[in-house]
Amino acid sequence: MKAIKEISGKAYPFGRKNVDTDVVIPAHWLKTISREGLGKGCFETVRKEPGNVFEDEAYKGSPILIAGDNFGCGSSREHAAWALLDMGITAVIAPSYSDIFSGNAFKNGILAVALPQDAIDRLMEVAKTDPITIDLEHQTVTTPFQDRFTFEIDPFRKHCLLNGLDEVGLTMARNTAISSYEDKARDALPFLAKGIAA
Amino acid sequence: MTANPRTLYEKIWDAHVVERQDDGTSLIYIDRHLVHEVTSPQAFEALRVAGRKVRRPDLTLAVPDHNLPTTARLDSAGKRLPIADAESAQQLAALEANAPAFGIRYIGATDREQGIVHVVGPEQGFSLPGATIVCGDSHTSCHGGLGALAFGIGTSEVEHVLATQTLLLTQSKTMEVRVEGDLGVGITPKDLVLHIIGVIGTAGGTGHVIEFRGKVFEEMSIEGRLTVCNMSIEGGARAGLVAPDDKTIAYLKGRPLAPKGDDWDKAVAWWKSLATDPGAKFDKSVVIQAADVQPTVTWGTSPEDTVAIGGVVPAPESFADASKQDAARKSLDYMGLEPGQRMDEVEVQNVFIGSCTNSRIEDLRAAAAVLKGRKKAAGVKWAIVVPGSGLVKAQAEAEGLDKVFIEAGLEWREPGCSACLGMNPDKVPAGERCASTSNRNFVGRQGPGARTHLVSPAMAAAAAVTGKLTDVRTLV
Ligand code: SF4
Repeated sequence: MKAIKEISGKAYPFGRKNVDTDVVIPAHWLKTISREGLGKGCFETVRKEPGNVFEDEAYKGSPILIAGDNFGCGSSREHAAWALLDMGITAVIAPSYSDIFSGNAFKNGILAVALPQDAIDRLMEVAKTDPITIDLEHQTVTTPFQDRFTFEIDPFRKHCLLNGLDEVGLTMARNTAISSYEDKARDALPFLAKGIAA
Repeated sequence: MTANPRTLYEKIWDAHVVERQDDGTSLIYIDRHLVHEVTSPQAFEALRVAGRKVRRPDLTLAVPDHNLPTTARLDSAGKRLPIADAESAQQLAALEANAPAFGIRYIGATDREQGIVHVVGPEQGFSLPGATIVCGDSHTSCHGGLGALAFGIGTSEVEHVLATQTLLLTQSKTMEVRVEGDLGVGITPKDLVLHIIGVIGTAGGTGHVIEFRGKVFEEMSIEGRLTVCNMSIEGGARAGLVAPDDKTIAYLKGRPLAPKGDDWDKAVAWWKSLATDPGAKFDKSVVIQAADVQPTVTWGTSPEDTVAIGGVVPAPESFADASKQDAARKSLDYMGLEPGQRMDEVEVQNVFIGSCTNSRIEDLRAAAAVLKGRKKAAGVKWAIVVPGSGLVKAQAEAEGLDKVFIEAGLEWREPGCSACLGMNPDKVPAGERCASTSNRNFVGRQGPGARTHLVSPAMAAAAAVTGKLTDVRTLV
């Protein structure tokens, strides 16, 4: 996973509340075999609305998405995080997130920043013309106009994101403990420890 | 003897802790990992991208089941027939490539042993008592019928298990569902588990692992226990368990992947030590009277919406809380039912006998016993029997059950998940009803607009004969 120190660039001023994962990536995109290519289906229904931000040339390729309350509610599909990433979005700024989405975002290296609604309103304004900078190290969101908002993040998640550590990698780093369990199991529970041949 | 009496769940948990962490989670070792074509492609892709291997391919078994059509897979010349749906074909092809690439034993779409993961695992002796078993499918709880700690996981956890053979978990609370007395004549494990979910509700087991206890389960066959544990997830539980006993041991002995020789003897000794100690405490306890269990059907769109076949569709106002009243109204609207309507007058146009809940040989025998010498009702347009595996299919054919089904006007299919979920071609048309032996009656589960009534195999067969939900006891 890529380490995140700072994300700076344009932001989609989407702002909608209660965006569920079916809006992020509709169900018919789920029968895929890859995490890649889902960006095409990301916000598929929203893209059909006149004047939407995702089809607007001014915001194409933005690394940041600004949304309303309760982002990522609904079904637990991890495809929502994969779709955002595939579209180039590596950070979301919203007042709140569903638990499952914030977990899935973290697992996939997306920074989910929570800021109060008045900060969101201001950033929505700025995003129309100017870039936004998220500094994970110092936990701030700033604009070229001296705006400076601080945000909270779980220290463990911050550490993982800053260093590009994913959960699988973290557990793999505990190889000694896993191997020593396996050694013990070979004696104590050989009928479980012995596998089957391919 | 340990000082503290422990439950079966606690013994299995303790035996699998790799490391305890300060935050209350533990790294738990996984003994058996079942992989199918739908929830694995992105996990394998992630391994490939990161240059990682499967840590223990020898503890992993792959078999396709969810997407496979259940119509003939070979043409008359024995050549494999293509899968029409491009995405399903692609998922199958991905598994066929990933399994050998990562060194995993693979049971192919046209192999005799192919079947639904949760049928194949126990049948092959891959699933064992006291083991931790995971699969990217929620009904993995099924294997708890053997006394294994088994639960469903998502795609990133599939990746985590492939790479590390462990999962980071928080220990669940323990819950006992004790059934007292004996089941009445003609009452099956499916009726019992539907009844239990009706009593505890779909959130009744949330945060818990359920152990099913009492004489009824001791006397129940292993296949019956698998049916009960299969649906524990519908009661909100992480997993369901029945203590392994002599029946479990007899069931597993000699199965292809079960331990042999010295290992077998050690295994048996350990399995016999796993039962909950006298005096062990459960965090929650529910007692059910077996005599209360009737042939049970569902009326709504949640597995807790159960009622005895002799009962009526409930009025939404009869529920205590407002949100359940609201849910009931929506359910009845979707199901096209009126409060007060008798369940045994509800007509069905489709019958599905199959799924990991009820597609084993005993299930097929129970359905065939009802159908023998009878014909499907004219109003039933589509009725299929889908064996849980190629081996179940072969056994049923050896017993002549396939002929009973075909003579009664039902279709006899190839093994797979079929109409349990609308992912392969087997779907129930919108607005039509299906008496189904599967495990979920959610909105759209069997196809957009499909109306599902969950029942036992015998009850599904009875519905096929009469064209409506029917108390099977009136037919025998
Ligand atoms: S039969 Fe249904 S519940 Fe069972 S594994 Fe297949 S899809 Fe899942």
